[in-house]
Amino acid sequence: MEQIGTVKDREQQVIEDFAVYDDWMDKYEYIIELGKSLEPYPEGKKTEDRLIKGCQSRVWLDARKEDGKIWFSADSDAIITKGIISLLIGIYSGASAEEILASDFSFVEKIGLSANLSPTRANGLVSMIETIRRMAAE
Amino acid sequence: MRTQQFIELFPILQGTSVNGKPLVYLDNAATSQRPQAVVDRMDEVNLHANANIHRAVHTLSAFATEAYEASRDAAVRFLNAESRQEIVFTQGTTSAINLVAYSFGQAFVHKGDRIIVGEAEHHSNMVPWQLLAQRTGAEVVYLHMGDDGLYDLSELDSLLTHSTKIVALAQASNVLGIVNPIKEMAYVCHAHNVPILVDGAQGVVHCKVDVQEMDCDFYAFSSHKMYGPTGVGVLYGKKKWLEQMPPFLSGGEMVGTVSLEGTSFAPLPQKFEAGTQNFANVAALATALELQSRILNDSELNAEFSQTVKWLCNALTSIDGLTLYGAPGDVPMEFKLPVFSFAVDGVHHEDLAVLLDKMGVAVRSGQMCAEPLMNHFGVTGMVRASLLPYNTMQEAEYFTVALKKAIKMLK
Repeated sequence: MEQIGTVKDREQQVIEDFAVYDDWMDKYEYIIELGKSLEPYPEGKKTEDRLIKGCQSRVWLDARKEDGKIWFSADSDAIITKGIISLLIGIYSGASAEEILASDFSFVEKIGLSANLSPTRANGLVSMIETIRRMAAE
Repeated sequence: MRTQQFIELFPILQGTSVNGKPLVYLDNAATSQRPQAVVDRMDEVNLHANANIHRAVHTLSAFATEAYEASRDAAVRFLNAESRQEIVFTQGTTSAINLVAYSFGQAFVHKGDRIIVGEAEHHSNMVPWQLLAQRTGAEVVYLHMGDDGLYDLSELDSLLTHSTKIVALAQASNVLGIVNPIKEMAYVCHAHNVPILVDGAQGVVHCKVDVQEMDCDFYAFSSHKMYGPTGVGVLYGKKKWLEQMPPFLSGGEMVGTVSLEGTSFAPLPQKFEAGTQNFANVAALATALELQSRILNDSELNAEFSQTVKWLCNALTSIDGLTLYGAPGDVPMEFKLPVFSFAVDGVHHEDLAVLLDKMGVAVRSGQMCAEPLMNHFGVTGMVRASLLPYNTMQEAEYFTVALKKAIKMLK
């Protein structure tokens, strides 16, 4: 799979995708849809070391480096979380470590997710972002 | 009083909106809302009677001390304890249980001894005993819980050996809300000369408690789950035990005389109240206890509330794919607290809680500090809706509609 454009382009695209929803229900239905259509994650990779701490639901994140780019795959047992991680993967997978580390992840706020999610969920989101950044830095 | 009159005592229940929707607060088993009168009492002490209690001779200190000690009297009446010496103020149920696990443990629990704990307990009534076992070399033996949420009396009887030093059980589980026959369990424990600690955090909210009738040796509860301030808890302990137990925390207030060679300790209950207490909040506990006594005896309010609770219970069990844990079908309704924990096939508990929150409904989701209980039922978590008599039929109906909508979105 090849990514189109830069991380910044893809962040901008997500912001525009979300701008069309003014109703919370539509927004969440879209996130749920994203969650349902996330590429399957291998059962064998649902290991303790790939589990992200700080989420009420279980989230597994795996990273693979190839030709200077990082490819992420992930899964969660909660569908909304899965939708959010799908957004993150859509943007950051296939990017270089430099690009990921240069992003301020402010798109999360711009699509109204950080304010809209429950505190534990917001923490989960923070943990997901931190894990993506840590994997890029490794 | 009518439900509406009760609601009027709580400022937060009058027109608060969450995510643009009227708040439907169903996380009462975690913390209840606080009435104006309780907040007023806290303010009164903070604004007009603020001085450190017990030690100073000046008048303001005497006012504060009186306010603080009046709550002890209120707790004696509320629990029907024998004396003021049996009531120790703590920060909550957790710290009350920790006090007993540490102090009773130090006096009575040794290597090879047995401690019996229920498998469905809240972590606060499990971890302190596990740590005590680690410190002393004692073993924790778990009392199994049936799928109906009840502990088995005959199993308890069979686990009580001559080396058993204490039994720790909840009056009612924070997840299942099933009320255990504590009086009978205390009887069985005492037949083997073993004391019993009762975690009353949930039970005290809905049941009249008489510690002498129950004949428990220790009873712990929190103020914040029954209309009172946060950071306040009560430990009731039979005098014969508290007297033999060494201090838990030490420092100011809890001493008799201090010299460089050693220290003697203050009499009960001050022996267990080291340092400056949370006196303004403790003072307001009396207001909450008085309200709670009134509520428990208010037949008009309870009749309305039990209709709502029964309606909700039926509504929940009729939702397709929903499993209610600790369903009252297994036990009479009077032994079921208005605490409804459930899971929905193919839907994650966290997703439900997030969507319900978007619709203004506050519920708890997750393991609810009872991981072994979740494992017992083979789930990673549940959603819990817990009610108090200020919750209305309209709220129960709205919650049911919101829940069905959330399930539809997620399936």
